[in-house]
Amino acid sequence: MATSTRKLTRFPMFGTITVLLYVFLYAPISVFILFAFNDSNTVSVWSGFTLRWFGVALSNDALQKAGTNTLLVAFSATIMSVLLSIPAALATVRPGQSSSAPWFLSLVSLPLITPEIVVGISLLSFFTLIGLDLGRGNIIIAHTVFCLPFAYLPIVSRLRSIDMGILEAADDLYATRWARFRMIVLPLLLPGITSGAMLAFIVSFDNFIVSFMVASAGGTTLPMYIYGMAKTQITPELNALSVIVMMVSLLLLLIAYVTTRGKLLNMGSGT
Amino acid sequence: MTAVATREKIQRLQGFLPSVAVLIAFFVIPLAIIVVYSFMTKGPYGGVIPEFSLDAYRKIILQEQLDGSFRLNYPLIVILWRSVFLAFVTTVLCLLIGFPAAYVIAQQSDRMKTLLLIFIMIPFWSNLLIRTIAWIVLLRDKGPINSFLMATGIIDHPLSMLFTNGAIVVGLVYVYIPFMILPIYTSVERLDKSVVEAAFDLYASRFQVFLKVIVPLTMPGIIAGCFLVLIPSIGAFVTPDLLGGGRKLMIGTLIQRQFTEARDWPYGAALSAVLLLLVIIALLAQNRAGRRKAG
Amino acid sequence: MYRKLTIAFVLGLAASAAPAYAEGKLNIFNWAGYTPPDVVERFEKETGIDVTIDTYDTNESMLAKLKAGGGDFDIIVAGHNFVPLLRDEKLAQKIGLARLANYDNLKPDFIKPSYDPDGDYSAPWQGGSTSFLVDTAVYDKPIDSYETLFNPPPELQGKAGMLKGAADLIPVAEQYLGIPFCTEDPAELQKVLDLLLAQKPNVKVYSGGASLREQMVSGELAITQNYSGQALRSRRAKSTLSYIYPKEGVQTWQDVQLIPAQAQNYENARKWINFTMQPDVAAMISNHAGYANGIKGGDAGMKEELRTAPEINIPEGIPTKPTETCTPKGNELQDRIVTQLLQ
Repeated sequence: MATSTRKLTRFPMFGTITVLLYVFLYAPISVFILFAFNDSNTVSVWSGFTLRWFGVALSNDALQKAGTNTLLVAFSATIMSVLLSIPAALATVRPGQSSSAPWFLSLVSLPLITPEIVVGISLLSFFTLIGLDLGRGNIIIAHTVFCLPFAYLPIVSRLRSIDMGILEAADDLYATRWARFRMIVLPLLLPGITSGAMLAFIVSFDNFIVSFMVASAGGTTLPMYIYGMAKTQITPELNALSVIVMMVSLLLLLIAYVTTRGKLLNMGSGT
Repeated sequence: MTAVATREKIQRLQGFLPSVAVLIAFFVIPLAIIVVYSFMTKGPYGGVIPEFSLDAYRKIILQEQLDGSFRLNYPLIVILWRSVFLAFVTTVLCLLIGFPAAYVIAQQSDRMKTLLLIFIMIPFWSNLLIRTIAWIVLLRDKGPINSFLMATGIIDHPLSMLFTNGAIVVGLVYVYIPFMILPIYTSVERLDKSVVEAAFDLYASRFQVFLKVIVPLTMPGIIAGCFLVLIPSIGAFVTPDLLGGGRKLMIGTLIQRQFTEARDWPYGAALSAVLLLLVIIALLAQNRAGRRKAG
Repeated sequence: MYRKLTIAFVLGLAASAAPAYAEGKLNIFNWAGYTPPDVVERFEKETGIDVTIDTYDTNESMLAKLKAGGGDFDIIVAGHNFVPLLRDEKLAQKIGLARLANYDNLKPDFIKPSYDPDGDYSAPWQGGSTSFLVDTAVYDKPIDSYETLFNPPPELQGKAGMLKGAADLIPVAEQYLGIPFCTEDPAELQKVLDLLLAQKPNVKVYSGGASLREQMVSGELAITQNYSGQALRSRRAKSTLSYIYPKEGVQTWQDVQLIPAQAQNYENARKWINFTMQPDVAAMISNHAGYANGIKGGDAGMKEELRTAPEINIPEGIPTKPTETCTPKGNELQDRIVTQLLQ
């Protein structure tokens, strides 16, 4: 579209910065993808090409179990935190109201501010105190709690950017609030929801300390496993594993894209 | 208030209910346990003994030296300042890089937008530790960056980039940049193109359009992004530890130590409580200032 | 809408709840990469017990987790200096070691050792020493003292790396200064702090063993404190790296297995410990981890390279001092030193 290109050239530095961003993002990735093929035990000195580390990673039962655990936990926590955030976001941003519930923002930010070790130990102590042992459920609860702000904030900021006039017009059009939500609000909100979900997923996926504290036996997640290995033996097996994980995530995303005909991942406004 | 308004208010509050319930049950209450810990005596091998003590808070103010004397705990202020400063620099950098990127992506066609965003996310589906180690490999004296600079003759001995504050910032920016880009993107994407077009006709310079129109309209996203970067990076622990060489304590590392090596849970709890309090105060103050400006 | 949410929430939790433990399970809690998969496989085949392995990164995190009430493990592997601690805090229970069939396989050093006077709370896993390595490509003059580590010559300045835990950092300083481990004398402690502070400008990194190993191999560091097993692996990757036995002596340590108080599969844990006390199994563990084991005849199955490795065989005349469990006061003082060093 002519207008888009014109805007692009209006802020020339922006384009350069964006390109640099992708270079910045992929530089370390390229390095560690490279070392996944390293024919030696180290991840810093290149000795030649081999595929054996992929074999090692794939046949490592403990690693696979950790991977499965991680994906299960991350998906569950993401879904739950997004489901909890949507009504909260809707309640925060209302037409015709000036207040935006700062108390809720403070509350939901608490997990963000609190150092992970504290979150981990407090949750573990609490679970022990009340005797709650749902196995993986414990970790999922823990993850949901600290994923909440990451899901909530993008959804709220997206909602704030929507013209309240649209919602009011929708009020006139649709009889029930649910219909209004489904037909108007949800599609408009979708990029925010997807952003929130992606952030929540990453946060859950990376989490180590809280998971470590709260996990029951057999509940080791990938980050826990990797942290442990990094302290005792950093070998290309880790790199190979990460490459595999990225491929799997990419695959899952692709499936999601194709099966929902792009709707679920649509980050465009579509209007 | 009319009956309708009250009903609406209750309906509105219902939206918060599930989240609040979860947060209170599984966060506030456990946190309260920790705060209670901060008023207890530390156990000999970690944990707490249920005896009231203000030792933990005393420690925040007075540091006990090896010979048993007490000195004002300046180092704690230094540690706190160091963490906040680095977090601040990280946030600013993320903003300076993230906003243009989000803006450019938002200009693309729908399909490109999704694709570009997915490409931003992919690196983050590896593990945090791996990404940090990858930076260690990149930044070290014999790493690719230094090798390249030396080979092309730009420098004649390697730049010591690793294990410096700079390395920490690079690492933190790398970790937190998606948390800045995605929220900003959701706001920028919503910009009404016709409004921006009109602005270009109205204002003489691009800079003015940017400052007076684009920024205010995308402010919700900017604030969300800054928030999601600044707050967690203050308490960040792993990245500064690995990339900074472990030579200087940050507040996150200090608190972590209390629950592990130092076996002083009350002190760790007290430090966390104080940190939480400071941030909440800053949050509320900022919110009041924002409202005063708007109202 | 909210009803739907609540239902989804509860269902989600219920679906993810783990099933109750069946018989025939064993949950091991150990450092990553420290439990050889082939040993586990053999055990599973021979006994039909299903083994899960969870890992931790430091003794301290493990302790924090146990203290907070976490973990339903049956076997924990920990450093020897944690044994009195875990016993006194009632976090570990008696093993009934003497009643195990392979009890007589234990080397005499490990029957009622100083850290476990009852001889019933721990069984040896892997043991080694802590000292330092040097890259002889950077500095090849003979080294016989920690002086080189604490006061590096020009070639090594700014290229040193130290382990970051107080349990490693302080004993090496104490051994060099001839001060007893776990001292609580303020004057002696001040000497330790001064020494470490004086060294700090030359220390590029305070980190963990594996990370220090990586940095040595990549050439970023040229002299690092590290464990014997890490040193062995470093030398395999880069032959110019040499593990030094200084005249002041090295610190020795022994990792042991314990059964936590809350173990659900007590008998299976005992079976496992018995299993590891077989000489051929002990050798398998050594071959995997690169350290010495505590079983008579456990050397026979070790790889040749391992048996003769300088990192395993401490030369005659070099003093060896096992690290000790400090009193809570001693621990606190050590923490003060490290905080002051790193603040």
